[in-house]
Amino acid sequence: MELIWLIPALPVAGFLLLAAAGRRIGDPGAGVLASLAVVGSFAASVAVLLTLAGEPEGSRQITQTLWTWIPADSFQVSFGLLADELSLMMCLFITGVGALIHVYAIGYMRGDPEFARFFTYLNLFIASMLLLVLGDNLILTFLGWEGVGACSYLLISFWFTEPANASAGKKAFVTNRIGDFGFMLGTFLVFVTFGTIDYLQIDAAAPGVSSGTATAIALLFFLAATGKSAQLPLFVWLPDAMAGPTPVSALIHAATMVTSGVFLLTRLSPILEAAGWANDLIAWVGAITALLAAGAAVAQNDIKKVLAYSTVSQLGFMFIAIGSQNYVGALFHMITHAFFKALLFLGAGAVIYSMSHEQDMRRYGQLRKYLPVTFATMFIGWLAISGIPPFSGFWSKDEILAGSFEVRPAGQLLWVAGIIAALLTAFYMTRLMIMTFAGGTEQWRTRSEDLLPEVPHDVEADDAHASGHDDHHAHHLTPDHTPREAPAVMLGPLVVLAALAAVAGLLNLPFADSLHFLDHWVEPTLEGQSGLPDALVQWVLALTSIVGACLGVWFAWRVYQQHRVDRTRIEQPVLAHAWHIDDAYARVVAGPGEASFQGLADFDHDVVDGAVRGVGGATQQAGDAVRGLQTGFVRSYAFGIGLGAVALVLFAVVRMSL
Amino acid sequence: MFTFDDSWYLVLGAILFSIGAVGLVVRRNPLVMFMCVELMLNAVNLTFVAFGSLLGDVGGQTVVFFVLVVAAAEVVVGLAIIVAIMRRRAEANADDVSLLRG
Amino acid sequence: MIASETLNWLVPALILTPFVGAAVLAVMPARRAELFRPVALLFSAATGILAVYLLTQFDGNEAGFQFALQQPWVERLGISLAFGVDGISVFLVVLTGVIFPIAMLGATPHHDPKPYYAWLCVLMGASMGVFMALDLVLFFVFFELVLVPMYFLIGLWGYAERTAAATKFFLYTMFGSALMLVGLVATAVLHQRGVGGQLTFNLLEIARDPGISTNAARLIFVAFAVAFAIKVPLVPLHTWLPDAHTQAPTAGSVILAAVMLKLGTYGFLRFGIYLFPEAAVWAKPVLLTMAVLGITYGAIVATMQTDLKRLVAYSSIAHLGFIVLGLFSLTVVGIEGGILVMVNHGITTGALFLLVGMVYERRHTREISQLSGLQKSAPLLAAVMTIVVLASVGLPGLNGFPGELLALLGAFQTSRVWGVIAVTGVILAALYLLWAYQRTFHGPATGENATIRDMRPSEVLVMAPLVVLIVVLGLFPGLMIDRMEPSVKALVAHVDERVEDFEETRYEFVGPSPDTGGEAEGHSGGDSSGGTGEGGGAG
Repeated sequence: MELIWLIPALPVAGFLLLAAAGRRIGDPGAGVLASLAVVGSFAASVAVLLTLAGEPEGSRQITQTLWTWIPADSFQVSFGLLADELSLMMCLFITGVGALIHVYAIGYMRGDPEFARFFTYLNLFIASMLLLVLGDNLILTFLGWEGVGACSYLLISFWFTEPANASAGKKAFVTNRIGDFGFMLGTFLVFVTFGTIDYLQIDAAAPGVSSGTATAIALLFFLAATGKSAQLPLFVWLPDAMAGPTPVSALIHAATMVTSGVFLLTRLSPILEAAGWANDLIAWVGAITALLAAGAAVAQNDIKKVLAYSTVSQLGFMFIAIGSQNYVGALFHMITHAFFKALLFLGAGAVIYSMSHEQDMRRYGQLRKYLPVTFATMFIGWLAISGIPPFSGFWSKDEILAGSFEVRPAGQLLWVAGIIAALLTAFYMTRLMIMTFAGGTEQWRTRSEDLLPEVPHDVEADDAHASGHDDHHAHHLTPDHTPREAPAVMLGPLVVLAALAAVAGLLNLPFADSLHFLDHWVEPTLEGQSGLPDALVQWVLALTSIVGACLGVWFAWRVYQQHRVDRTRIEQPVLAHAWHIDDAYARVVAGPGEASFQGLADFDHDVVDGAVRGVGGATQQAGDAVRGLQTGFVRSYAFGIGLGAVALVLFAVVRMSL
Repeated sequence: MFTFDDSWYLVLGAILFSIGAVGLVVRRNPLVMFMCVELMLNAVNLTFVAFGSLLGDVGGQTVVFFVLVVAAAEVVVGLAIIVAIMRRRAEANADDVSLLRG
Repeated sequence: MIASETLNWLVPALILTPFVGAAVLAVMPARRAELFRPVALLFSAATGILAVYLLTQFDGNEAGFQFALQQPWVERLGISLAFGVDGISVFLVVLTGVIFPIAMLGATPHHDPKPYYAWLCVLMGASMGVFMALDLVLFFVFFELVLVPMYFLIGLWGYAERTAAATKFFLYTMFGSALMLVGLVATAVLHQRGVGGQLTFNLLEIARDPGISTNAARLIFVAFAVAFAIKVPLVPLHTWLPDAHTQAPTAGSVILAAVMLKLGTYGFLRFGIYLFPEAAVWAKPVLLTMAVLGITYGAIVATMQTDLKRLVAYSSIAHLGFIVLGLFSLTVVGIEGGILVMVNHGITTGALFLLVGMVYERRHTREISQLSGLQKSAPLLAAVMTIVVLASVGLPGLNGFPGELLALLGAFQTSRVWGVIAVTGVILAALYLLWAYQRTFHGPATGENATIRDMRPSEVLVMAPLVVLIVVLGLFPGLMIDRMEPSVKALVAHVDERVEDFEETRYEFVGPSPDTGGEAEGHSGGDSSGGTGEGGGAG
């Protein structure tokens, strides 16, 4: 059954309909329509999945070429969709989580004057994301890749009247473009190496590729992935991207778009197989990103910023898995992370919603009394992300850590880095939960905004260091504010996601081979599996990580609930500034960067154009110099003519006489 | 012994031409300048005719007709310009009309 | 190379219709001022329809010139009225036919409508002539004829410093043309001396057997190349462009960007690569360097501009760099990319200038610092602007992408270093365009910015075809590629045949071959023994 085209077509149809008539459909009709499109797409994905599951293992690939997109000589790019185990799994969770977030957004965006425009972009995003994963060649994936980037840009700067939001949107797009540099060059290199950009053909030809070429390709695509998936050195856009509405943060900047780098590298696993040290680099960049971002998350006060850095950190885990060639682990964590991080973001959105769009956690506290459902669902999300069994995060994280343990050079070190990052994760998430839902007092009653201890990174609002807020509404959180639970349309998705976050571990339980559902499902599309350590070592590793998580929780409890340790000793400014990486970029861009650009512009004006104007000026001056000869007196001209005639005659005479 | 040959025509032509040229450069009155130009042209005509008869070539006389025609045209245009200038200025002085000065 | 002569009345019709329009406008009584615009539109739209009809009748499987027409003009000197359209020029003809009516619709002059529209019609006819002429002198005549109306359009209907800009534009381009005139006379004379027979300026006859020594050909190529490089313009010969663009009236800017800049790149293709293949291969590194310089330098300078029109002008320089990069990659893919960018840059940058014109009309300034938050009061204008900006940035799915991709791929195949540097232009394009958009359309709507009017229905009508083209050509570039491919392949084969040490670079999927490494082969013509030096195996 060739229904694959329907998967992206439905959101595209939704997008077109909303773009044409969104304003007339209005609020909440536009949201319902957009949600229906995504739900329909989910249904189509399920239908295709069932078809695919009916096929025998190993031949679960359906391609559907809609038309030839760029038919240039031997560079034939088809607009073709490839439904295989990997892409359909991605489709399922994109449309599934996407549909939930669409429904949530109907409540969250209610009353916004640009309600329809929001859902227009959201549907376009889903369509692009689906094309990204369904594309049967690199260029079509690039179409989706850029499409999600553009939608991300549009949605981050959705409330564009705030300069910080607009700036954050542009920063995200431009930073991603740096990654695209790698994507394009990687695609070119693939083409001149294999003569094709179709995944199936690449897969067929990849085993013979030389290690040097494979390494170059892998590095280029990894550069692309660091942009989209917010890894070092290009992660700086993601924290700023929180300027977008919270459903956007949940959908794009946590669950789906940011994982596309992981997806891309998984897709290219046959090349990565031969890529040698590029894999180690990927793993280590992932590990360092996971550590640094987790550290930064510890000192953030904006609830969305904590989750943003947490996302960067969790993506780092996925890259550890990619670098360890543990692709199943990466995908597993991608899915569980999508569930619990979407849940946490939506929960945070519900909190923000009920607190008059205040995002500073220092003005929360004791909210569990007012927001029981939000608290309960986020509690599950907290357990999942902190790695407490039996919630989903534990299983996927544990699989990644176990997989990294036996990687060639210094796998144990990778594992240690991962454990520390996991401990920090448990710590900052506990901190978030305590500051929001527990803590001693209801802070907003006693602490007004200007009484808060100033954290310097919030005041710099220059171009590269925007600290945009989720909302353009003015903050008027008054001391007599009574938080009210968000409407059911928002709580519903929370409950579903909480359930998923709790049980998603079932996808790939480590106990018996028969329980490795995910493993068996995606295995045919992947190359290279990292060896897991033997069972005993695995048990030890798992126990260690549980102990680490508990340690993180316990320590946070002592600091933030019991106040045994002064929090300022932990929340160092260097952490609040995310290790000053973004500041350094901003300083370079605003300083030497802008100066050199301006210098070149001045060079253009003064030297290049100056030379042209100089030629013109010189001509004019030469004219000025000889204009004196033109007296305007006829007799002087006649005299000149006479002289000239005499001179000519003389010349002729002299010539002849010689 | 004094003989009267064709070269005297040439000498006369040269003298007339020089008078015309000097007059053109020296005088200010446009009408006189104009007459000097005519003098020069006719000096040239004389020379052409003289050479024509000297060399037995009828071409010399043919050219004279061309010169006459051009001179006539020139008189028409030139006098028109002079009249136009005279109308605008009381005094006729060629140096006053130096708008083309660089 | 002449493939068919059917329907060749279309060619003179395309050139003459606008000229007739200009003549009609010239004799119309001045008091019927309200009729000038409809008449000009009528004639230009008729030309546009003829151009589209030509496209529908164009045989996309044919490499040679169709609708060919040859009439003697100055027989003694071998100058003829030789015209023809092939897969390379057909889209430029259609672009010319489509852009002029839109430009006339999109912007009205503030005074003297009669000469304004008449000059536009003359410009249209001359541009058509350039793209269809197959005779060197004829080409030169049209190439020069284009300057005159443009000079007056800038000089009479432009902004504050229009006179200086018009003069600069005219003199700068004339300088190149002088060299080209010498070049084309030398071509014909040396051709006659080398081959014997009649003196001829016919492009096809000369290209078939030039009979010009290598050194002479290189010198002549340089003469042509300077003229075209000024017209394109390539850095560092570009500084007339920002002034001309900034000072020109909106329609002038649109046409300048969409059509006139393409004269240079088209000239490179037709009178550079086709006429002097050996010299083109010889000059390739220099031209590629200038192209890459244009891409990066143009983009960086664009970033720092404070005037919207100047910014778009510099972005044009960057885009034109992509075209030259593609053409002088001398691969089928790259040249196709170059031609795609020619047409699509015409559409997007034309649209950008129209939009900037609309902003100017509302705010009476183009200074970026004076504009802010326009999206608030003009959401529709902002939406169209977003689409056009994203197309110009090269977002896949919109029309800017396929051409840029193919041009870069072509360069990457044969000249890897240049290709890699050129890809940075993709980052920079996002930087300057989105930054400009952010500063003008985003942010708080202050002062007069808060009360500007959104697009009028007539303006929507002007932009609609361009937006449709942006999307359609983004999703179905095959519509163009399929029709140009035979001609482009013939061109590359022509180069391959004429130049000894040139081998066509072409990569193809050869299937998995585990033993040899499954690397693609860089085929060189019929030689299938192995890759060219640059195939595969990068570290």
